[in-house]
Amino acid sequence: MNPPSPNQTVLLATSEVALPGHPSRAKPPISSGVFGMLIFMVTEAMFFAGLISAYMVIRAGLAEWPPWGQPRLPVVATAFNTVVLLASGFLMAYSRSFFKQGELVQGRRWLGISILLGTFFLIFQGYEWVQLLKFGLTISSHIYGGLFYLLIGAHGFHVFAALAILIYIWKRLEVTNNSITPEGIFPFQLLWYFVVFVWPILYVLVYLT
Amino acid sequence: MSEAAAAIHTEDHAEHHEELSFLYKYILPVDHKMIAMQYMFTGLIMAVIGGYFAYVFRMQLAYPGESVPFFGIVGPGEYNMMVTNHGTIMIFWVAMPVLIAAFGNFLIPLMCGCDDMVFPRLNRLSYQIFLVSALVLILSFFVKGGGFGGAWTAYPPLSSVPEFSLTDWGASLWVLAVALEFVSFLLGGINFVTTAMNARAPGMKMLDIPIAVWFIVIAVILFMASVGPLIAGAVMLFMDQRIGTTFFLPSGGGDPLLWEHLFWFFGHPEVYVVLLPTMGIVADIITVFSRKKLFGYRTVLYTAFATGGLSFVVWAHHQFVAGIDPRMANVFVVTTVLISIPIAEMLFSYIATLYGGSIEYTTPMLWALSFLFAFLIGGVTGIYLGASALDVYFHDSYFVLAHFHYTFFPITIIGMFAAITFWFPKMFGRMMNETLGKIHFWGTFIPFNCIFLPLFFLGLAGQHRRIYNYDHFPDLATEELQDIRVFATASLVIMLIFQVIFLYNFFYSMFKGEKAPDNPWKANTLEWTVPSPPPHGNFKTLPTVYRGAYEYSVPGREMDYWPQNMPPDES
Repeated sequence: MNPPSPNQTVLLATSEVALPGHPSRAKPPISSGVFGMLIFMVTEAMFFAGLISAYMVIRAGLAEWPPWGQPRLPVVATAFNTVVLLASGFLMAYSRSFFKQGELVQGRRWLGISILLGTFFLIFQGYEWVQLLKFGLTISSHIYGGLFYLLIGAHGFHVFAALAILIYIWKRLEVTNNSITPEGIFPFQLLWYFVVFVWPILYVLVYLT
Repeated sequence: MSEAAAAIHTEDHAEHHEELSFLYKYILPVDHKMIAMQYMFTGLIMAVIGGYFAYVFRMQLAYPGESVPFFGIVGPGEYNMMVTNHGTIMIFWVAMPVLIAAFGNFLIPLMCGCDDMVFPRLNRLSYQIFLVSALVLILSFFVKGGGFGGAWTAYPPLSSVPEFSLTDWGASLWVLAVALEFVSFLLGGINFVTTAMNARAPGMKMLDIPIAVWFIVIAVILFMASVGPLIAGAVMLFMDQRIGTTFFLPSGGGDPLLWEHLFWFFGHPEVYVVLLPTMGIVADIITVFSRKKLFGYRTVLYTAFATGGLSFVVWAHHQFVAGIDPRMANVFVVTTVLISIPIAEMLFSYIATLYGGSIEYTTPMLWALSFLFAFLIGGVTGIYLGASALDVYFHDSYFVLAHFHYTFFPITIIGMFAAITFWFPKMFGRMMNETLGKIHFWGTFIPFNCIFLPLFFLGLAGQHRRIYNYDHFPDLATEELQDIRVFATASLVIMLIFQVIFLYNFFYSMFKGEKAPDNPWKANTLEWTVPSPPPHGNFKTLPTVYRGAYEYSVPGREMDYWPQNMPPDES
């Protein structure tokens, strides 16, 4: 039983590789990995746009917001958490500056710190959820809770998935002899920027207003 | 794997060319051509299921309450389940996989001069998720309560409360299957656009890309940009069904109209998502068989962009009677009528391509021409429905049903047959039988018109769409109307019988047909420069492209075609 060929198991197909002695393909202005991720992010942006418009439509249809008898959301604690996530985003950009110069060890260090802050954000969110559930804000108690868990949960799920990929990359970078290139890391850093960028919008919409 | 394939890149990676085991060649392939086959055969199997459902519910309408051969007595729940899943299957599990996934996978790397998709493993994952989604959908027919019966649009609260839909798990599995299918196409779509934009052969400029590839790319971009809100809506619907939220339930503060907006924001671009690949395939076929340059390549391309842009602002024309603000309805009437302009322009370009050409009536050409004819009827009747004043009367009648079957049938079925008969030699290395192909063509196209033309009149006579047995409605149970229903059903049965000829021709030709040369149709695009079927890795060397795809009958040249990769000094 043969595994697929090694050239096909890396992220990019052999189509990126020119054969010797033949005219090669022009280098695309945006690398394929980044291009693919950008397209994916368009879909993701529309997904969140769908959730946000659902939130606003339902909210506009209700007489009072937030409704009576529902627990209030932890605005200040989450503001702190927002800062943590934003810091994580900046550190991701900082690690990118090392990866770009080929300094994988330095880049990996800052990538790791960025991942740590992201993980802190996720755990803190989870802690808040436990508190809110104790106060009686459940997903089916009221549409208020339903929307809260839907929007924040959708974001949390993205944080979780992006962290899982980044941790995998971080782990792979442990050994110097690996097939990961700075260009291979960048798409997933972009994903992290996206996750960080969406959060303040949700924070303002769900917690502040 | 053939020897030609083995010779391809011996220099740089020899280990690549050992014979792949059965598992990696057919079950878990990363080769775009094999994945295309997987999509195509899965789509064809789903088409058989969808066609069977159509047969059963049409028989019930023609002979209400009688036992249907090969099924039995049709109950109201079963009727609803079959109507719903007929629509769902034909759009999401036939049109999308065959037109976009199968032909996108097969054509994009071959037409762009590339050895595989840019992300081959993502491509494989895409098919695997698609297969799971199809299995989940099929599973949903057999759970307690039966498959979902709330129409393919799944309007809540009917779809979100088990007590209303009477299909507790059927409805949830349906939502799950649709969501999985979207994820699958998301992964496939990323691949298609990236490959066509980043991995073209040297020399192939943006305006040298064949229209078939362009239109698949535009369709995929439309899909990617519109599917997000529906995925959000599907998550909310699933939560409403399973964990007791009330996003779409007015009793709990939710808004059922919200679903309609989320659904149709995707649902209308989706029409163009499936239309554009067929339009592109037809453009390539009619230029080859008219031996003429495509009339207005840029015009055709830009009209597709215009269609794509406009398709995002027409969705509420599905909701004219749903209680939306009449002022908003006016805006959507204007955009809806506006979108017919680029589409009409595209059709005119195609007709201008035919004008003065040396037309060869081969089977693929017949399919392509019949597409233009049938889609024109579908498009023109759509203008009536796009006007809200008329739509108030036509809404949910058989007029609507006939209208969208005059768009979807040409797109899905005619487009699929056009593409299969045209690229069959390249896919399997053998020619299909032309005589059988033409018998199948007429045996499909004439009954198709006999099914759906009468339904326009039924709709004008006031026949509502979602009724299981018209005997219960004295105004609609008259003898004349019933005769029309029987006529339409009989035409459907005849059409289904003629599909046997296609299946015979397809499988017989695959194994016993005449061997196909590399370029049986004398076409210009790059896929015809490689052996039929193309070996693993497609091209011996990266081809260099010198010109656009439609240089037919260029004055002063001996040959009436001019392959894209032929250097200008050769003739």
